[in-house]
Parts: sequence; structure tokens; C-alpha cells
Amino acid sequence: MPEPLVRFTAVAAPLLVDNIDTDVIIPSREIKTTGKIGLAQGLFANWRYLPGTRNPNPDFILNQPGFETAQVLLTGANVGCGSSREHAAWALAEWGIRAVVAPSFNPIFFGNCVRNGIAPVQLPAARIATLTNPVTLDLEALTLNGHTFTLAEEARQMLLEGLDPIALTLKHADCIAAWQTADRVARPWAWLPG
Amino acid sequence: MPTLFDKLFDAHKVVDLGGGTALVAIDRVMLHERTGAAALNSLATAGRSIVNPAHVFAVMDHIVDTVPGRGDATRMPGGSAFITETRAAAHKAGITLFDVTDRDQGITHVISPELGIVLPGLTLVAPDSHTCTQGAVGALAWGIGSSEAEHAMATGTLRVQRPKTMRIRVSGRLREGVTAKDLALHIIAAHGAAGGAGHAVEYAGEGVSALPMEARFTLCNMATEFGAFTALIAPDDETFRYLKGRRFAPADWASALAAWQNLHSDPDAHFNADIIIDGTAVRPMVSWGTSPAQSLPIDAEVPGDEAGARARAYMGLIAGQPLQGLPIDAAFIGSCTNSRLSDLQRVAAIVKGRHVAPGVQAIIVPGSMGVKRAAEAEGLDRIFTNAGFEWRESGCSMCFFAGGESFGPGERVVSSTNRNFESRQGPGTRTHIASPETVAASAIAGCIADPGRYTEPQTDA
Repeated sequence: MPEPLVRFTAVAAPLLVDNIDTDVIIPSREIKTTGKIGLAQGLFANWRYLPGTRNPNPDFILNQPGFETAQVLLTGANVGCGSSREHAAWALAEWGIRAVVAPSFNPIFFGNCVRNGIAPVQLPAARIATLTNPVTLDLEALTLNGHTFTLAEEARQMLLEGLDPIALTLKHADCIAAWQTADRVARPWAWLPG
Repeated sequence: MPTLFDKLFDAHKVVDLGGGTALVAIDRVMLHERTGAAALNSLATAGRSIVNPAHVFAVMDHIVDTVPGRGDATRMPGGSAFITETRAAAHKAGITLFDVTDRDQGITHVISPELGIVLPGLTLVAPDSHTCTQGAVGALAWGIGSSEAEHAMATGTLRVQRPKTMRIRVSGRLREGVTAKDLALHIIAAHGAAGGAGHAVEYAGEGVSALPMEARFTLCNMATEFGAFTALIAPDDETFRYLKGRRFAPADWASALAAWQNLHSDPDAHFNADIIIDGTAVRPMVSWGTSPAQSLPIDAEVPGDEAGARARAYMGLIAGQPLQGLPIDAAFIGSCTNSRLSDLQRVAAIVKGRHVAPGVQAIIVPGSMGVKRAAEAEGLDRIFTNAGFEWRESGCSMCFFAGGESFGPGERVVSSTNRNFESRQGPGTRTHIASPETVAASAIAGCIADPGRYTEPQTDA
């Protein structure tokens, strides 16, 4: 499970492009492992490296002095759209990103961030444009550099406590079993033999 | 009064977790080899088992080759590990696997309805964003990450933040030669790639109920490109006809059919958002940029807006350039969006007796081995190969570049797929997404072309 995330101060890297999709965050060809680790080298590969090489593209923000160790990513709207690949969140987390700040998030990417200890912080684009480094994120107060934002309580608790959602849900195992028993009677057509 | 989404969500609510989140029962889980091994192995490592293995399915579609004679070896370097590890994990977990050589192998969202795995009234999840495709049968089906797939398998539930509801009413039927793909692109272009954000979208209206089942899958498929939680279409006789007799369809069909009669939004149901689209105004569409929202009617010109500068540079286009007539290097027909039998039949009607333009690489990949057999039984494969198309085994294939086959940097591809993202089909590859008809017409013309050019039937050579 990810480390609990309560508050931290770090450098934020601005990558203010709309619709940054998960193919951009980690191209499919960079997913060389059937597991979850070793993905950071593929992070933003098409933008971060010069075409056809592994040489850093000096124009890319995460290659620029002062941003190599950024822990916060500022982006445009609809970040994480496209493929549901959780590798995008795994690669970001492994690289050291702990928060993504955007005007809006793709819903699957949002969930993948929360499950991997990355805070999805929703702020208006105009506000993101005025943020100055370093930034301080406080998940108890739900503020970024003093700007308040909203986050569903479920997601906030997961991040604050580094909770394992499966363990949390299994506390309801009795309710689930009872629901399933009743459902086998109510919807026999929905149940496959086995 | 409830919407269809409300009915499905509430019927599956096991526990209200507060704050708008509920524990929702999951009826079916589907996995593919891209993330199947990771999810299954991670579950096993944690000492957790699958609550109901009979309700979990895995298929090889993402990485498996689509060239004839394929096996576990892949053109993608290291790809076979995804196949062999998913196979081993699936066998160990006791779930149903559609393996590389299985007669029912195919793209997850093609085979699921084809086999009756998804049904009206069910919840179904898969670690794949295009799971929304399957909402077309009136199921609550949505894409998740791998960790959530583990959660669904281990607990039989997911913790879901309830989305808002949106209805998109398509008034008036699509005109002749206009397809569900054009409708999907029209909606995304009009309302943005995040136009459906935070919402479960129900497609309704005359323009939707007139669509055959396979076209409904195409429409719902691109709800994820609209940023929506998922898409839904209320099931009707067309849906029931399509599903009856499928391999995993209910044996007691009459009881199931009776249970599905209430699966529609009530007449006075309240939606958080309501959009009306004039179906008769939709025209053949093609994307010009690097987001599906950057799509226009095929006779339009490349826009000159400031926000499109990056996309124009990537796509090698200049403002004011007509889209029609742009020379292409390749044409690709396939993917969970447009690879079903009816798609291939419409392509065949265009390419029969014609030939792909010189220098254009043209590939057709059926969505499933079932689609492949049905197409071959009708002789479509010969029409395609006579016209100069490659005819492949089923799978996701070149919808995305996983390190194996690619179209090449700077190459311009017209594709019946769903994503025109930068480098999606290969580093530097320029993708224009469109209907299968437009792809077929463009392959013949050698440039982006209106399928209306080829409506006159030709006899096969």
C-alpha cells in the first residue's frame, strides 16, 4: 500500500497541456513488464527523450534544472484521458510524483492515482497558472498553497491513511455474502454455473 | 423517478459507504493479457482468492499478434511473457480463458456481447477504458484500473463514487451513409473530450433506437473519449434478438427477458444534464488533430485556432488545408470500435471490385474469430484481399503501438479506431480516425476521401 499522504512541500512542474493522455504518460511500448515496477524509465518517453533515442529532450520540463526532482505535476484539463492503464499511475509514483494538479481528470486515471498514493488536486486553470514554487499540499485542510479544493471523502481518507481498499471492503464481507445469497434467488439468470 | 442508470446502480448497491460512495456488486469481470497477469498475480501474492471465478473471464487480445499462424511469440519484444503469464495465472485462478488459438478469441468488447457474457441489467468491469462499449446492451459496464480489478475479483464489489446522469437524445435518424462512428465523433467534437466528465451517459432518441445492435456498440465505445464514466442504451427487441442463444446467455431465457422489461429510464426521469443532437445533421466525420474532439465533417478545412497549433504541427497540417485529398500512407480497419461483421460488410460494399491505391498499406483485422468466420462464410475475405487489403486474425492489433508493428514516423494513417493521440499507432505516426467506410474509401482513393464517392457497386475482379 502507498505511504500515507498528509502534507508536503515540493517543487511543481508545469506541463500545461490539455488532454494529456495515458499514452503520453507512458507509451504502450514502454510497458515491458507484466508487473508494476520498473516503469518510471518509460514515463513521458515520447516527450522526455529525443526521438529514437534515450537522450533527454532539453525542452521537456522534467529535464530542466530544478524540475528533475519535482513531486507535483501541473497539467491542463482532462488529464489521464485515454487508456485505463494503471501503468501511468505506477510510472508517475515510481518517478516520485505525489500529486497531479489539473482543472479536470479522466475518471479512471483519477481512481488509479488515489490507489497509488498520488493526490488528484482539482483547481481552475487560471489558479494553476498563478501557482509559484515550491507548493505545499495539505490533504487534511484540502489546500494547495492556500487554495482550497474538493476531494471525495473516500479518496481523501485512502490517501491520508494509505489504506488498502480491499481490506476495507472485506469488513463488509457479511453484507456482501448476504446480498449474493439474496441475488441468486432474485436474479437466477445473472448467475453462471460454477 | 429513476433513470436507467439509477435503476442499475441502486439494484447493485450492497452498502452505502457515505459521501456519495457505495459498495456496488459486480456481476462480471473481464481481463486481458496486458494487465491480467499483474492483477491475478498481485491478488495471489496478497493471499486473496477470487470470490466467484465463474464470473471472471480473460482473453488474449492486446499483445497477441494478428498475423496468420500466430502463437505465443509476438512481434512486440517481450510480448510473449504477457501471454504465458496471463495464461498460467488464469489457469491457477480457475477463470475462463479465451486463449490465443481459442475459436472464441477476440477483442474483449467484441467477444463479450458475442458470447452473451454481458447481459442487460448486469454490472461488468474490465481494466480497459473501452468497457463502456458493453453498456450498449443496457448493462452498467465501465473501465477500471488493475487495482480495482483485483478489488472486484477479491470482493465481488467495487467502491464507486456515484456519477451524475446525462442523457444524449438523438432526434431524427442518421442519414444514409452516416454511421454511429460519425455520430460519436460529432458529439465529442461538439461537446469536448471531457464533455461527459462525471456523468453516466444514456444515449436515447429515435436516432439511437434506429441503430442496429453493432452500431450501438460503436456509439457507446467512444463514451470514454467523451470523458464519461460510462454509456448506456436501454435494451429493446433489437438487443434481445442479438443476445438470444449466445454461449453464456441465460438458459431460462423467458425469465431473463421478463426481468429486463423494466430496464429503461422512466418517462419523467430526471437527468443532471440533457443534450439534444439533431441526427439528421450529422455528416461523415474525420479527425484532424490529436484528440478525438479535434474532428470535423470530411469536407471541412483544418482549423486555424491557437489551441490547435500543437496538434497541427504534430499532424503536419496547416490551417485552411482541406481534409479531403490529404495523401495517406496506410488504412487500418479494426478495433473494439469498428471491427464487427456489419462494419466489414459495409467496407466490402465499397471495396468490392476496386483496388487500394498504389503505395497505401491497407489492413483489416476482424474483432473476433467469430467475426472472421462469419465474414469468410460470406466471402468478404476474398473481396478484401482482391482489393489489396491484408486480412488478419482477430485482436487489438495496430490500434496502438506496443513495440511490434508500426506505421512509422510521419506516416499518415486513416483508421477506424478510437484514438488519434500523438504516437498512439507508432512514434510520430499521424492518425486520422473515421468510420470504416471512410477508411475504405480513403484506402481506394489514396487520400482522405468521402465514402459517398464509392456508392456505385462494382463487380468483383
